[in-house]
Parts: sequence; C-alpha cells; structure tokens
Amino acid sequence: MATTDYTIPGEPDLETIDININVGPQHPATHGVFRMVLTVDGELVTDVDPVIGYMHRGNEKLPENCDYRQVIGYHDRTDYLAQFNTEHCFVEAVEKLTGITPTERSQYIRVILAELNRITSHLMFFGAFSTDVGIFGTAFMYAFRDREYVQDFFEEITGERLMYNYFRPGGLAWDVPDNFRERCTQIIGQINSGLKDLEGLLVDNEIVLTRCRGLSRVSIEDAINWGLSGPLLRATGLEYDLRKAEPYSIYDRFQFDIPTGENGDVYDRLLVRFEEMRQSVRIVEQALADMPDGPIMAEGMKRTLRVPEGEIYMRVEGPRGEYGVYIVATGTDKPYRHKVRGASFSNLSALRAMSVGNYLSDVIIILGSIDIVLCEVDR
Amino acid sequence: MLGILKALKTTLQAAMRKPVTVQYPKEKKELPHRSRGLPVLLWDFDVDEPFCTGCQVCARACPVDCITVTMKDNPKKAAGKSKRKKIVEHFILDYARCMRCDICVEVCNFDAIVMNNTWEGVELATYDRQNLVLDADALLKQSRTGQLKDPFREPMGVAHSGWSPKVEEKEEAEETKVSEEGGEG
Repeated sequence: MATTDYTIPGEPDLETIDININVGPQHPATHGVFRMVLTVDGELVTDVDPVIGYMHRGNEKLPENCDYRQVIGYHDRTDYLAQFNTEHCFVEAVEKLTGITPTERSQYIRVILAELNRITSHLMFFGAFSTDVGIFGTAFMYAFRDREYVQDFFEEITGERLMYNYFRPGGLAWDVPDNFRERCTQIIGQINSGLKDLEGLLVDNEIVLTRCRGLSRVSIEDAINWGLSGPLLRATGLEYDLRKAEPYSIYDRFQFDIPTGENGDVYDRLLVRFEEMRQSVRIVEQALADMPDGPIMAEGMKRTLRVPEGEIYMRVEGPRGEYGVYIVATGTDKPYRHKVRGASFSNLSALRAMSVGNYLSDVIIILGSIDIVLCEVDR
Repeated sequence: MLGILKALKTTLQAAMRKPVTVQYPKEKKELPHRSRGLPVLLWDFDVDEPFCTGCQVCARACPVDCITVTMKDNPKKAAGKSKRKKIVEHFILDYARCMRCDICVEVCNFDAIVMNNTWEGVELATYDRQNLVLDADALLKQSRTGQLKDPFREPMGVAHSGWSPKVEEKEEAEETKVSEEGGEG
C-alpha cells in the first residue's frame, strides 16, 4: 500500500495512507452479488480488485446432464435480462450442428422477440444506470414501466414473465396468439413514446451530462485488446455488430444501422444503447411486415433430438455484446461439453483499466455503464 | 438548466396520466391465458379419475427432477368403466424445485398435466418448504373442484414434443384392440 505525504501549509505534517473500501457483495450499486475491493487515495481510486463467483451455479456443467430441450431453460438463467437472445444462440447452434432448417415463420418470430428483448434489457440498463448516476426515482420508474409493457407481451406469448423457455431446435414451442400483430404494433407504439420520455429524462439530463461526459474514455485499440463487445465496443467508434458482421438467423434481410460513439466514454455508451433500441424497433417493424404464416416447427423432428457428432461455436449479438455457446456433441441426446461465453464477463475484465484514476463515485457509474449481469459473469 | 426544465416537463405530464400500477393484493391483474404457474394435474370427469396414467414421461423429461410418479393397475378398467389400463398411484411434485419450464406439459401423452394459469398457481408462499411437496390429491384439487377453468395446452402436433393427436388415437386404438382381445391387464 503506497503512502502519500501531503503537506498543508500551516498544519503539522500528516501522513496519509491508501485505504481499502469494500463494495458489495450485497450492494445495490453492484447490480447483483458482485464485490469490488477499491483502494482509494483520498477520493481517487488507485486500484480495483473485482471479486466474482458469488452467483456460480454451474450453468455450464448442469446442461451436460440434460437433453437438448432441457438446456434451453438453463440458457434463460444465464443471462436473465436477454433470455430470448440466449435461447436464440443455443437453438441456432443445435440447428447448425444437426442440419435442421427452422421454418420461416418461427425465424421471424424469433427475431421479433429477440429484438424486443434487447429493448427490455436496455430499458433495464437505463433504469439501473439512472440510480447509479444519482437520479433515483423517475427515470427508473419510467424505464421499468415500458419494460413491463413488453414483459406483459412476452407473458401473453410464452406464459412466463422472465424464464420463457420458448424457442426449440427447429422452431418454437407453440405458435404466437392470434392477436400477435396488433399487440406487437401496440407495444412498438408504447416503446416509442416511452423512449421519448426517457430521452427527456435521462439523455439530455444535466446530471447525466456533467457526470458521464468524458468519463473513462476507451480507445478502439484498448477495447479490442480487452475483448470488449456490444455497446461498449461500439461506443469507441468501431462499427462492429454480429448481426451485420456475421449475420445469423435472418438478420441479413433487415435494414438497420449500427450506432457508434466517438469518444468511448460513458455518455457514448448511453447514447449507443439508446440508438440501439430505436434500431431494434426498426427491425421489429420490418419483421412484422414480412412475417409469413405457416408452421412453427420444422418437419421430421424426432421425439428425442440426437445431435450428430461434432462441435460448434455459435455467437449472437446480445444486448451486452457477444454471447456465445460452444457445444461438443457425441451423437447422444446430451451435449458432451457445453461452454458459454458471456459478454458481461469479458466486458467486466476491463473494469480495473477503466476505473483506475477516477473518483470513487464515478467508479459506480463506470461499473453501471458496463451493464453486467452477474448470472452471465459467474454462470 | 434547460435539461432540468425539460425533465420537469416530462414529470408534470405524468401527473395528468392514469397510474399504470395495480394495488396488488387488493386488486389483481388478469393473468393471460397462457400464464405458467406451477403444474397441476387434470381430472377426467367422464370416468371420474385422473387423466394421468403414471407413465413417468414427465418425470424423465423434468430438468430438475422434481416429479416422482408411480403407476398401478386401474381398478376401473377391470370393472369396465374406464379405458385406462394403468392409473397413477403416487404423484409427488416438489414445487420448491420446479422451474416452470413447461416441458412436462409438452411431453405428456395423455393431456394429464397443465401449467396452472390462475393466481393459485402463483401465490404459494408458505412457512415450511415441506408444504410445497404436493401429492396427487393436492395437485388434482384445482381441476376437480372446477377452479381451473380453461388451462392452456397448445398441441404442437410434432413428434418432437412427444404429443400429437395421432399418438392419442393410436393409444385409443391400442386400448380397443386389447379390449377386443379380451381385455388383458
């Protein structure tokens, strides 16, 4: 621990030392059971030691004892804010490995739900982030109100608010309700008006502007070296989105932009996420217009899905970045090896580099801007 | 300064709106038809017995092993009242372990288990977790008393689900075949 000597004129010499401050594991600012041991010199943070593992449930090992349908439920629980995106990743991986082609209709529904899920995840981010910045209350409630509209919509389709377990290799568990189009259009309207509210409350907010602008700037090179992905990477100015760079499912059919920032600071991350929600709405609108009728499950599916021998790494663009699944199949109904690449985990690895040299209260904002989901970090 | 005024304007607009929240224990939102509470068994009013034959498909398909089922010979079959050769003897479902994945409903060949789409399937707080381990009688109670009006059970019609109308017809055909042969078992 470094000692620093401050000499204040007219005062006797005081010897000061750095002290450790323990944030978490049970702390609202850490967004879950995450612990940071901060070393502070006065108010300047000189070192950050993240401690993870409190949420470890063996989410990679457990599916190795489950058949491919049962694994889907565990993917919901890996990233509990972007369940459809994670399910999408796993289901696509199994389909590619087995050679199943999902039906057109199911692919469109998957994309619609995944994009709406991205919006709910980002709304959750804005709600939580506003409390980190210090404007608890209004923005949080507004974000959660809009999220709840979409959550209700998901409940009407799948029956669950959070753990949907709805995608299946080859299609979907069951068809969407008859009023899907009308409800979806209604939801889009609610999101659009909600985004206007949120923009007024948060993005142009004086507190957010003063506290987030220029905070923890990250260059493109650093971001790539740290393995950042998702909004954090795009905020640095690099136009990299797996939906465009490596189009999976039917994302190559839609017109959308990749929002990028300029400085890679916290405020840019905020703006990128905000614009991403608008782009998601665009994708949903296009997908709704093109969505065909037809079956929701591919033909010729066996009662027990046996995946032929092989291995695959499938990645999708989750709300937090690249979410990947690596599966080794041995021809049985269970995966032999099942590995998850969580975007939050890789993004969190840059926490020390981003935080050191900033003030104590800003570290909370920086951690908030990474938008971690601890279930995805610890798995 | 302008930002603060803008934010204030948004806040003031909200004062004119109706609240979006519900005073939960007093008033309850209507659950959607597909709402997935915890699973319950269904009662066959035609022959006055459960649909469940105790075939253990759900127990095997359950990712968290929360279901235990045993099967017995159906006494009503011998009396000629029912078509079911076998009937459930014990059905133990641990609600504390259930993760409401809906897979048991998906794989059931006999339409015997559904996810509870009433508030009773959600409000299950209790002081002792042993109270959450339910047997067949407790699981059938809702359906038997008619509280479970309209459970959601979407037939997938694909072999992958393990359920399709064909399977049921085949089952019936088998039953009739057996009864023609002289009703063994």
